[in-house]
Amino acid sequence: MENDPHLDGLTGPLLHDAIVAARAPWRHRVNAGETLRIIDLEGNQAVDFLLYAADDDAERYSAQDTIAAQANIFLRTGTALLSSEGRPMMTIAATSVDYHDTIGGACSCESNSLRYGHHTKAQHSCVDNFLEANLRDGRGKRDIVSNINFFMNVPVEADGALGIVDGISAPGLTVDLRAEMDVIVVVSNCPQINNPCNGFNPTPVRMIVSA
Amino acid sequence: MSAVLADPNAARAHARSMGGTVVEAMPTLPPRAEDQPAGVSPEDLLWEETIAAGGYASRMLARGTRLRLIDLRGDACASLLLFNAATPAERLNIADTVKVQWDAYPTAGSLLLSDMGRVLASIEQDDAGTHDAFCGASNAASNQRRYGDGRNSGACPNARDRLLLGAAKHGLGRRDVHPCINLFKGVRIAADGAVAPQIGPFAPGRSLVLRAEMDLIVVLANCPHVLDPRPWSVTPLRATAWRGPVTAQDDPIRTATPERLRAFLNTEDLYRR
Repeated sequence: MENDPHLDGLTGPLLHDAIVAARAPWRHRVNAGETLRIIDLEGNQAVDFLLYAADDDAERYSAQDTIAAQANIFLRTGTALLSSEGRPMMTIAATSVDYHDTIGGACSCESNSLRYGHHTKAQHSCVDNFLEANLRDGRGKRDIVSNINFFMNVPVEADGALGIVDGISAPGLTVDLRAEMDVIVVVSNCPQINNPCNGFNPTPVRMIVSA
Repeated sequence: MSAVLADPNAARAHARSMGGTVVEAMPTLPPRAEDQPAGVSPEDLLWEETIAAGGYASRMLARGTRLRLIDLRGDACASLLLFNAATPAERLNIADTVKVQWDAYPTAGSLLLSDMGRVLASIEQDDAGTHDAFCGASNAASNQRRYGDGRNSGACPNARDRLLLGAAKHGLGRRDVHPCINLFKGVRIAADGAVAPQIGPFAPGRSLVLRAEMDLIVVLANCPHVLDPRPWSVTPLRATAWRGPVTAQDDPIRTATPERLRAFLNTEDLYRR
């Protein structure tokens, strides 16, 4: 345990430590003051991510409020992840990746049919993971909004061209999120195999919560 | 006056005396427009309303309906939500809208896509070109910080709470208010991710025409853009809607790209009877 490099810099006691299998959902409560570390174990693995206020889950992560508040589409160290009511839910306390995405949304069976063709209908998707995880708490489709994609790269070119391109992550890179309120974290470890977001090969990620 | 209005008959007469008052921001019933496009008959007009600075409106629009929005004095900001009227859990997905079309800047020819891989509306005409898919609505907290007040009951209402009221009138609530698109106020994204808002004010009379590709609930709020640095500034927004045909198979917007064509195929599949 003491040689586990994924724990470097975490000072508080470990509260939770889980491997999220490739393609799987994950849901966990993180209380104010706790830190969630996400580790891209094998590199270039998009982690689709939503937040709900634990006390009132109609308040949720808002990509647009987060972008507007910092006048930048990229999420970097120091970015406050704001709610639909404009309140900080978590802060990116540290990350070893240059930036993360919050404009690209989550893959779904339906959007896959537009992007790649109707032959992808039977493939698993992030929206299906979000639904599965949320339904266990009584949330549903109306609760799914624009999300964060940790470790995913979506540049916007000067002419407006926008797309998911090769990741800027690598094996072992991390993001640390400090909870500013009690939150429910809902994750889809992205199963997409039709674009470069997972290097065409979905892989596991690790979730560590420390006090 | 209070003595006179202690009598219900006098109160009724007083109330009725207000009828026929004309102000700038109001609906016209039945709808009437001097400037409807060529080929549109007066009988086909469905909606004519000027939405107040800081105001909102919501309405059901049938498939095929055209909705023209005009920034009357060059300083409107139309924050728009769209729902499938039959199943409002299906709604505008702004991330899919930019991702599927590989384009950050919706304009004429762009589709506004739902989270079910369908096209809610097409942008049929756009002589503004400054729209914003990224910054979303102001909210009570952001207006409180910028103006000292953001309440619906105050002088500086915020766009999110306006959208909430508009959505609530169709039985919808906080879970239904989704990321919006801001029309008439724009944004450009730099290589480092920086967001540069295009606030104007612009020339008066810029317009945009949406074509409803599904039966829609449309919710509009007209409040200052969330990154507008000025004191609270916004001018009225005009909405005019008229009946129109469902999009034809050879429509140039429908067939422009493989992604757009498949969005129409998915939409047409929903209405197959």
